[in-house]
Amino acid sequence: MLKYIIKRLLMLIPVLIGVSIIVFVIMRVFSPDPAPIVLGQHATQDKIDAWRVANGLNDPLYIQYLNFIKGIFTGDLGTSYYTKTPVLKEILSRFPATIELAIAAIILASVFGIIIGTISAVKKNTIFDSAGMVTALIGVSMPIFWLGIILIIIFSGTLHILPSGSRGDPLMQPMKVTGFFLLDGILTGNIQSIGDTLAHLILPASALGMYSMAIIARMTRSSMLETLGQDYIRTARAKGVSEGKVIRKHALRNGLIPIVTVIGLQLGSLLGGAVLTETVFSWPGIGSYTVDCILKSDFPVVQGVVMLVAITFVLINLVVDIIYAMVDPRIKYSKKEA
Amino acid sequence: MMEDKKLIEVQHLKQYFPVNGEKLFEKKVVKAVDDVSFYINKGETLGLVGESGCGKTTAGRTLLRLYEPTGGKIIYDGTDITHVNMLPYRRKMQIVFQDPYASLDPRMTVGDIVGEAIDIHHLAANKNERRDRIVELLSLVGLNTEHANRYPHEFSGGQRQRVGIARALAVNPEFIVCDEPISALDVSIQAQVVNMFEELQERMGLTYLFIAHNLSVVKHISNRIGVMYLGKLVELADSYELTFNSVHPYTRSLISAIPVADPETSRNTQRIVLEGDVPSPVNPPSGCRFRTRCPYADERCAAEEPKFKEISSGHFAACHHLDRVK
Repeated sequence: MLKYIIKRLLMLIPVLIGVSIIVFVIMRVFSPDPAPIVLGQHATQDKIDAWRVANGLNDPLYIQYLNFIKGIFTGDLGTSYYTKTPVLKEILSRFPATIELAIAAIILASVFGIIIGTISAVKKNTIFDSAGMVTALIGVSMPIFWLGIILIIIFSGTLHILPSGSRGDPLMQPMKVTGFFLLDGILTGNIQSIGDTLAHLILPASALGMYSMAIIARMTRSSMLETLGQDYIRTARAKGVSEGKVIRKHALRNGLIPIVTVIGLQLGSLLGGAVLTETVFSWPGIGSYTVDCILKSDFPVVQGVVMLVAITFVLINLVVDIIYAMVDPRIKYSKKEA
Repeated sequence: MMEDKKLIEVQHLKQYFPVNGEKLFEKKVVKAVDDVSFYINKGETLGLVGESGCGKTTAGRTLLRLYEPTGGKIIYDGTDITHVNMLPYRRKMQIVFQDPYASLDPRMTVGDIVGEAIDIHHLAANKNERRDRIVELLSLVGLNTEHANRYPHEFSGGQRQRVGIARALAVNPEFIVCDEPISALDVSIQAQVVNMFEELQERMGLTYLFIAHNLSVVKHISNRIGVMYLGKLVELADSYELTFNSVHPYTRSLISAIPVADPETSRNTQRIVLEGDVPSPVNPPSGCRFRTRCPYADERCAAEEPKFKEISSGHFAACHHLDRVK
């Protein structure tokens, strides 16, 4: 198993090289020159040239690329053209917000997705099934930003029961320990802050999780339908296992195996930053920030974020594969398999 | 061993499945089992044979109420169990499935697969007793103690079928439906498993419904044999009687298809080869269902369905032309 994990981690290297080249080239080719944006429209040509030299943008491309790679290995991803703060610091200050939102969204999506999918499969071709699948269809088709706005109008604008945006009331924020508000609130025992964080989290997490929920519900339904038709389900019934237990213990446990993959992939893409959700709910996460930086041609930040997201994605896939081996005894990654 | 006491009886059993027709929103039914009646005495083995899709597996499963019967009655040991809660009867009636690869939960160890039935019916007072019972069951079917901690995918087909049998035996059943238990196995393993079924029957006084499409195996293990065609029982008789004095043209063709080990005899016997395919059970032929392939068929067969009647003691058949079939 350890051997397998190391092997997979080594495979990160070619992935990252590929990603770094792509993001580097795309930024240089498609983004406008950052110098006039940074210096303003009235900057003189001399000033622009000086800024370009200072930021290494006049070096040959391969030198720029090698400097970027060198930076990665020394932990220096450069500084933002605008805020002059190190990119790593910029990212780390925003990433916890994105992670918190993504995890909340995936938890909501998994719980409701699996429940809806299971009910649809067990009550196949009934009104429950149709209702579940229509919900899923709405989930995949509804644009996130629109859903977000609707949720704000209902719960914030009309009912006034939930806040419309941001991570939390600045006065109620917990002491910073990890950067995750919910975790910090629990660690410092700040109950007020936990409540406030949850209230702020629920709308964006619902909006963001809706699509994933729909995907998970559909996947669960088809996987469960397949599992429920298996002979060993009939065996369980013949043993006298109660119907509820047949579904939970035999069908769901086997049917969940492909669903784990879907959840992992969904989480991976959610962690990449949910630009629309973060914008609608003014969530200070990495998604809206990155888009902002792309528009402003802030090369170091964009490169740093993309690398981070790529690493996260690969690692999550590794975790999914490890979970696979844990939930399915037929899968073994070591060579010992007879 | 065998007593003349009916352990299980089905009367006019019907099992229809809804299917989608060719046209949009068109609903049709497959009459998988259509008005079948038989009984099995205590300690007896009743063989059930027929082509694929003739409803023999469905009959076996409906008998255990793994499917809810569309019509008819199932009587177990004098009690009508057609509509009762099956939990107490799951202890008495068990099934061994055809496919040993698909019928075991891949995420459970063999010990848990066997043990789950023990748990459900509270057959073990504590963990030690449960473990001892599992070990006992595994050794009963020729497996070892250490096999209990393994998963089904680590076994061969024959071993898996033994696990399936141990699982069925876990509750100390009186009656087992053997649903083509050997057809997925290698020929060399088939004999072993068939012998094991016979040994277990002798030792535990089991009653079997043995479903198979291999008539020579059924002949070997059964006291009586029923022949099914398109959801109907067409002939039912003592094993010997059915082999040598069969009267239904379909049974005859099946028997003539059994390979004979002696080339001399083989050459001298004439094989009755049926023409055409089994008609669709969605739309079975009128009257006698076998008439489309029967060499003796006439207008009467198309108009009138033959009754399943006793022609000699214990020998039942459904055909209009019993006198002509020779």
